Amino acid sequence: MQFSRRSFARFGIAGLLPPVRGAPLASDRPRVVVARARGAVKIEDLLDRAMQSFFSASSPLDAWRRIVRPGETVGLKVNCLAGKGGSTSPALVEVICGRLQQAGIRRQDIIVWDRLSEDLESAGFRISRSGDRIQVMGNEILGYENELSVYGSAGSRLARTLTRLCDAVINLPLLKDHGIVGVTMALKNMFGAIHNPNKYHPNAGDPYIADVNMIPAIRSKVRLTICEAVRAQYEGGPTFMPQWTWPFNGLLVAQDPVALDTVGWRIIEEKRAQERLPSLRQAGRAPNYIATAADPAHRLGVDDPRRIERVEA
Amino acid sequence: MPASDAQFIAEARYYEKRPNRKIKCVLCPRECVIDDRERGYCGVRENRRGTYYTLVHSRVCTAHVDPVEKKPFFHFLPGSRAFSLATAGCNVNCKMCQNWEISQSRPEQVESAYLPPRQVVELARRNQCASIAYTYSEPVVFFEFMADTAEAGRAAGVRSLVVSGGYIKPEPLKELCRKVDAIKIDLKAFSEKFYKEIVNGELKPVLDALVAIRTQGVWLEIVCLVVPTLNDSEREFLGLAKWVKANLGVDVPVHFSRFHPEYLLKNLPLTPLPTLERAKAISDAEGLHYVYVGNVPGHPAEKTYCPGCKRVVVEREAYWVKAVNLTRGRCRFCQQPVAGVWS
Repeated sequence: MQFSRRSFARFGIAGLLPPVRGAPLASDRPRVVVARARGAVKIEDLLDRAMQSFFSASSPLDAWRRIVRPGETVGLKVNCLAGKGGSTSPALVEVICGRLQQAGIRRQDIIVWDRLSEDLESAGFRISRSGDRIQVMGNEILGYENELSVYGSAGSRLARTLTRLCDAVINLPLLKDHGIVGVTMALKNMFGAIHNPNKYHPNAGDPYIADVNMIPAIRSKVRLTICEAVRAQYEGGPTFMPQWTWPFNGLLVAQDPVALDTVGWRIIEEKRAQERLPSLRQAGRAPNYIATAADPAHRLGVDDPRRIERVEA
Repeated sequence: MPASDAQFIAEARYYEKRPNRKIKCVLCPRECVIDDRERGYCGVRENRRGTYYTLVHSRVCTAHVDPVEKKPFFHFLPGSRAFSLATAGCNVNCKMCQNWEISQSRPEQVESAYLPPRQVVELARRNQCASIAYTYSEPVVFFEFMADTAEAGRAAGVRSLVVSGGYIKPEPLKELCRKVDAIKIDLKAFSEKFYKEIVNGELKPVLDALVAIRTQGVWLEIVCLVVPTLNDSEREFLGLAKWVKANLGVDVPVHFSRFHPEYLLKNLPLTPLPTLERAKAISDAEGLHYVYVGNVPGHPAEKTYCPGCKRVVVEREAYWVKAVNLTRGRCRFCQQPVAGVWS
């Protein structure tokens, strides 16, 4: 079989490489999978079930192949500010790294990152930048771009880990209450990609959180969110307060960060009601930034529960 | 540089402990309530297990020897040098910030040197500086370092000047006024709208701070950066001049400075010179004695004129003082007292 240059290019792009869902476009009816363990949590099983369900895939590997492509560098944006217990767990990250490698990503092309190396270490990760190992690093190692990235109310320098190393990002937040902005999940976790998150907490983070997620390098690289909710926190966050956590024993998976945050917010409100705590709106910290992220100026996703396909797996 | 280099960390002043390892910062009117392991809006003060720390004590990210006129102070030891320094951080986020690379960064994001108070004083003396100026970023956020350095400077005969936005609570301001010799406040505008939308702060606490500084007898000058279309109406200039006259008196110098497009306001032009001249004319007409046009080298309104005989008592060009026609704080020509700190 012979190829002309043009036909090879067409065949190469359209036929040889598996289709990859790059930066997800806001869907009319986004899916959010809520996978929960019935008994003891086996994180690997939970993740496989969630991924397979989300992509309606024939196998977990089939699901991962739809999200990454061999040769890419994949960043795992963890959330480690709250130290052990209140951060993305190394156990979940280890399983994801395993699946990424099975999907053809080289070990050294996987980067586990967050704002500071000391935060990563406090959550149980070991910093690693050398050899053919998985890289684990805080933003201070490569620093931030000198140029500002601007959208709406946000003007920030982006972490070079994101801009220079990552082709794709898998967002790994937690299901957690936040004392200022209401909840911290998919959208809020991207504060770890900028140099000045402290400037964006007034007015419960609205519209700052939505605006930060509109910055092209963030919006275009985040392909999937896997929100860890094995122990979720309904009050006292983002600091880890074990007395206000409960065993939700689950994971939330979505490509639409707004839809995921909407579902997560509802789960936290249900738990707060059960514990006879005021709603976040009554507490004066409703996460209005989620609605802003869905508005016509942002279109980062869907916040209307009636339009979200919530799948229990 | 490690993010938590121990030599720069000291317990913060002006905060309250709250349940569940939270703290409330009461240094500035923002009054951030901060969870464990989190920082305030300024980015340079951090809660660690319920104790609040400054991360920028002696953590100098920039230092220069500047003419005092560059701050600008026009009525404070004209022609003298100020050893000028800053750390990272700021408690507001002005869209027109000229120094955003340091003011809007966290301390670990900029290169810094360890320069404790006694060493700062020593460097000031070695460079024949009459004063130390806390400037460039926002000194309120490095309050502890500034206060300790001002004390060390006073003991050694070196004065202290503060260049600030004045967004500070009354108690720390009181302490500051006891320790420093002059304060220049950037009054960003005379409208709450501008403070809310452009500064990310509030006007009222700044006006309160101006009155408090004046009441406590610390030398005060005001700078207004005039931003085209945003704070340049005649009504605003008039309101400002009337307020200064009524609350601070006619002897407080007011500098109307030209805006250069920077940071998040690159879309706006330089302030037209006639706008600055109009601001000066309105303030002059209200009876303010010392009104200047800033960032326009060579302009006649860079000079200080005697409020009595109207002759030039301090002749300047850009930052350079060419002549001082004052004798013991009085005009050499008509003996009219000229407000300021002249020796």
